[in-house]
Amino acid sequence: MKLKYLSNVVTLKYDVNRCVGCGRCVEVCPRRVFSVESGKANIIDKDACIECGACMKNCPFEAIKVNAGVGCAAAILASGKKGNVVCGSEGGCC
Amino acid sequence: MNENEQYSCGCSVKNNEIKYYSVPTVGSVATEAGNINVISTKWSLCDYAGEIRVRLDIGRMNYAVTPGIYAIGKPDRQSPVLVSANYKLSFDILRRELKGLNVWIIVIDSKGVNVWCAAGKGTFGTEELVRRVNVTGLEKIISIRKLIVPQLGAPGISAHTVQKLCGFQVIYGPVRASDIKKYIAAGMKASPEMRHVDFGVIDRLTVSWLELALAARIAILGTVLLIGLVMLIERIPALAGLKGEARLLPILFLVSILSGTVFNAVLLPFLPGRAFSLKGGVLGAFICSGVIYASGQYLAVTTWLSLILMSSGISAFLALNFTGASTYTSLSGVKKEIRYSIPLIVAMVSCGAFLEIVHILRRFM
Repeated sequence: MKLKYLSNVVTLKYDVNRCVGCGRCVEVCPRRVFSVESGKANIIDKDACIECGACMKNCPFEAIKVNAGVGCAAAILASGKKGNVVCGSEGGCC
Repeated sequence: MNENEQYSCGCSVKNNEIKYYSVPTVGSVATEAGNINVISTKWSLCDYAGEIRVRLDIGRMNYAVTPGIYAIGKPDRQSPVLVSANYKLSFDILRRELKGLNVWIIVIDSKGVNVWCAAGKGTFGTEELVRRVNVTGLEKIISIRKLIVPQLGAPGISAHTVQKLCGFQVIYGPVRASDIKKYIAAGMKASPEMRHVDFGVIDRLTVSWLELALAARIAILGTVLLIGLVMLIERIPALAGLKGEARLLPILFLVSILSGTVFNAVLLPFLPGRAFSLKGGVLGAFICSGVIYASGQYLAVTTWLSLILMSSGISAFLALNFTGASTYTSLSGVKKEIRYSIPLIVAMVSCGAFLEIVHILRRFM
């Protein structure tokens, strides 16, 4: 069973014009969000995206943009409205 | 932004505080970059004890191995190079899976954090990987220019940048260490299954104990306070009629904590809705109703309601915290869930507490 989180919230954006169909995004995505068909990548399951940012970081043509971060309530609550949400300090997930 | 300004969920250990565990060696391999230690693929009793310890959050943020290059078996200039984080549990799991292979392992300094979390933070990142490749003199040790990076390291590593900076091609290996043998045997090809992150019942149960351990301090404190309250109620003659239901308070509190951590984790796919807090809230209400029913106490509707509101709120909040341990939540999604659920949880717990206090005070009137 593929567990899915809330729908229509992820910030994943993909620019088809920059894509050369190299398939790096398909390779690095742990959630099967992308597929490559006839020389271009497609987003086939946007709601499965966890915004880890692997695709953005590994796309050599900067065709993918996502507001990457950790889906961790403890981190977000600890960061409040002030800082960036980063994984790592008093007690929590990672 | 400097490091002190970051807020977060896991690992505040400063560089100099980390104690590196040395890796027991079983020999060495001579290379152009000097002798390299060969390490065992077997686990010692200490390794097993260590896993149990960190799974219960005891010294979890201080469980690292020394970064560097290690050998498994008898690797040569053509052998594959695997990249690993230096969280000791990850490293132990990796080396256990490499029995019978001849490979190199480059352990990069991820500050004792596992690969996925460290990649998210950037400590398992392009810069540290390139630095470690240079420091170990890898180009003198092997003739092929390829690094196998665990797939979950990809959020921190930019493959094309690594190639530009040190000439090594990054190829992404499987998500799980247990697939590495198959992956290498298939000529460094990962099947779609090897690339996919699941969150099966065993995974959920494994990480849920950590949630319980993290909640343990509050659980113990809360239970002690509630037992104190029960003893107080039992000594006040006007409250004699509340003896039975007062005893439910510490029990329901502990049950709510178990509900929001372990039970919610195990039953996750079968609970209603997608939001974790909804799943945990429904489960908490359900389990606590069961406990009240089983206790045989006759309760007024308002008392029943107040107990369920509080239990459900506690369970919902702990379940919300499980988003961080799960493998399928996004930052945007959790932000949205927090926006809706936190005000509701606060309202539920305060209404419940208010009803309960009114219920007690009325006995004096």
